[in-house]
Amino acid sequence: MLQELSWKVGGQQGEGIDSTGKTFATSLNRMGYYIYSYRHFSSRIKGGHTNDKVRVSTSQKGSSADFLDILVAFDQETIDFNGHELHAGGIVIGDAKFNPVLPANIAPNVRLFAIPFTKLAEQSGAVIMKNMVALGATARVMGLDPKFCAPVLQSLFGRKSQKIVDQNLEAVQAGYDALDAEGADFSEYQLAPPVPDNHLLMIGNDAIGFGALAAGARVMPAYPITPASDVMEYLIKKLPLVGGVVVQTEDEIAALNMTIGAAYAGARALTATSGPGLSLMMEAMGLAGMTETPVVIVDTQRGGPSTGLPTKHEQSDMFAVLFGNHGEIPKIVLAPSTPEECFYATVDAFNYAEKYQCPVILITDLALSLASQSVKPFDYDAVTIDRGRLASAEELAQTPQGQMFKRYERTQNGISPRVFPGQKGGIHHVTGVEHSEIGRPDEVASNHTAMMDKRLGKFRNVELPNSVSYSGDANPDVLLVGVGSSAGPIAEALARLKQEGLKVGHAHVKVLSPFPAKTLQSYLDKAKQVIVTESNGTGQLLHLMRFAGLAHAEMSSFLKYDGTPFLPNEIATQVKGSMLVWQR
Amino acid sequence: MATVKEFRNNVRPNWCPGCGDFAVQAAIQRALGNLDLEPEQVAIISGIGCSGRISGYVNAYGFHGVHGRSLPVAQGVKLANHDLTVIASGGDGDGFGIGMGHFMHAARRNMDITYIVMDNQIYGLTKGQHSPTSAFGFKAKTTPAGNIENAISPLQIALAAGITYLAQGFSHDVNQLTELIQGGIEHKGFSLINVFSPCVTYNKVNTYEWYKQHIVHLEDFPDYTADDRSAAMAKVAETDGLCTGLVFRDDTRKPFDQLIQGYRPEPIIAQDLTLERAVFDKAMAEFA
Repeated sequence: MLQELSWKVGGQQGEGIDSTGKTFATSLNRMGYYIYSYRHFSSRIKGGHTNDKVRVSTSQKGSSADFLDILVAFDQETIDFNGHELHAGGIVIGDAKFNPVLPANIAPNVRLFAIPFTKLAEQSGAVIMKNMVALGATARVMGLDPKFCAPVLQSLFGRKSQKIVDQNLEAVQAGYDALDAEGADFSEYQLAPPVPDNHLLMIGNDAIGFGALAAGARVMPAYPITPASDVMEYLIKKLPLVGGVVVQTEDEIAALNMTIGAAYAGARALTATSGPGLSLMMEAMGLAGMTETPVVIVDTQRGGPSTGLPTKHEQSDMFAVLFGNHGEIPKIVLAPSTPEECFYATVDAFNYAEKYQCPVILITDLALSLASQSVKPFDYDAVTIDRGRLASAEELAQTPQGQMFKRYERTQNGISPRVFPGQKGGIHHVTGVEHSEIGRPDEVASNHTAMMDKRLGKFRNVELPNSVSYSGDANPDVLLVGVGSSAGPIAEALARLKQEGLKVGHAHVKVLSPFPAKTLQSYLDKAKQVIVTESNGTGQLLHLMRFAGLAHAEMSSFLKYDGTPFLPNEIATQVKGSMLVWQR
Repeated sequence: MATVKEFRNNVRPNWCPGCGDFAVQAAIQRALGNLDLEPEQVAIISGIGCSGRISGYVNAYGFHGVHGRSLPVAQGVKLANHDLTVIASGGDGDGFGIGMGHFMHAARRNMDITYIVMDNQIYGLTKGQHSPTSAFGFKAKTTPAGNIENAISPLQIALAAGITYLAQGFSHDVNQLTELIQGGIEHKGFSLINVFSPCVTYNKVNTYEWYKQHIVHLEDFPDYTADDRSAAMAKVAETDGLCTGLVFRDDTRKPFDQLIQGYRPEPIIAQDLTLERAVFDKAMAEFA
């Protein structure tokens, strides 16, 4: 019996490929299997190849599979485009309607089954249900009960009409029976029963939205952009329940400025964007830093530069996020690597923003933001809200008549008391111009130096908790360093290499600013060779490490920038290849 | 109760002597004093330019942001605390040049904020370049042979964008200006008070004298009722935009802040931020 299985469904965009994959993944997740589902799609609504690759496993996986067992095809293009991923003996199930054929480059013994998806769907009530027929055929291969997706269909359509549920289930059964009638042996694809466990299925963007909700966010001005829009789409459903609001602004400039206004006035506020929007937010990010206004900015990295690859994966905004503003401001940049971390990091982001009174950028990548993964339920009690240094009523009462409140008071740690408009005794000025302790423009040389020191000093010698995670051999021959969603594929590569007897370690950077130089260097010191693995063309993380003063005699980059995330075997192969070089 | 005095602070504006912006400052202070407001209940958000300094010259909460973005910041403030009286302010370059996109969208969004533009038809702080409201043929540092672009009409743009309170004043007439600003603050929705505020240093064409000669007063048209959008559009065209008084007002539309789904009478900043466990659990169950 298999402990895991990889399944892919493909067709034209707008054909219901997404919902097929979602129904399949959600059903199996509910049964207790662990899911990792990654969608290949294009920046258009109808037409163009799309596919959804779902990895089903009895244990948690943080990466797409680097193999394929079953390919479900709604057109020949799906087979031609994805067939090469199938291993020897793999299965293709195609709609008989397009007379599917196997391409020349296919692995040996791949079996093709032409099932009349469309025709059977029509017989069950509607062509649209051809996806259900395909799921039925899939169930037959995997040895699943054809009713495996009944609970999900019930929650999808039950409220609309029981008839729709029944028709869908009938279509699933028809697909199951049609493949069963072929009389083929699928015993090698039987999936081991799941280990009973309660887990959720979500994308990183959902976890960020949920995290913001739990953290008390109330205002989200944002402009739609792939792959960030899901965050606002989630919160537009949730914030009204708690008295909050999402505003779709005219552009990203307005989005961040409005976020700043809301935060200045005392709300917990965030915005979310991706590369092009991030570029438009740079001036306002500087304003947030200069005015010490706590805002949370989510940057879901996609392929760049310019419009780049809007629906593809890349990690190339790190420099922009860290160095994109003019002038120098303090900022925190959190880089979670799983949906769980997205949730808790979002909560942290709001607390850090108010504690340090600066912009906090939560940086993800497309694979983390959009891949659907099984996650452990979040811990309600782990969510705390820390609003930082707020001026008390007693303090405000002490503001002398006719004088302004020292909102930017110079303190030991650079953190000054905050006050919100509406509070008596708190009137002060706020400006992006260099200013005095009461916020009035002040261009005196000594003041600028003192205020720069106040702001930039917030993170002098500060390393935030859990800035780097580590696993693997304590004194590795090869240390892999990564950031973001590559945590999953690196961990899997590590496990395989360890099985082969190699001494490998994995350090994952979770905070890009303040950069955890000390901790990361301590791991570097114990390794014979360091490979920094990242999805960009210039090795930004490696540059950041060097910029922070990190050093190692044998440090190199392993870069991938074709728009797809790393796969475990790519990393394992790279490590073995470079080790040979090192051993020479 | 606060009076005009409470809205004055002891900061000396860095405007040139004779600048039209002094009158705008005075009118804002008088309007606020007339409205039974306390200084801490008012937030003035401004952009960049000579006029942008206004947020520091009124005793109230003041936020001086980046160029052209006073309206997004002001809207954010209003979202967080709809109990505040929120005023956005800036110049013609700030509002109708770099910030034009925000202006039109703020007008159609119709949040309950008041936007006061000090329009001097020139860039002053950068020392004399032409602005989006400079007339065709106008000579400035950047138009030595005369402006070959047409001036925009802020009033017509505001009307087209669905504004619900529109007025125009002149720095020479502080009493009228005070009334117009007061009306804008009282209006529940987005209001623009565009003010001819002469730049005595760089604009030698559109002087106080020039405005006095060219401006017509809408109150001199007894038939003009300022409650018909197309009539307002026609009146602005007819006067070439050189009219003062109330141009248009529509009190029938609810402001954005009250139309928000799940609107609560208490402002956001008064809410308890802790998410109830039941809401948390329900939200989590949706991912099962």
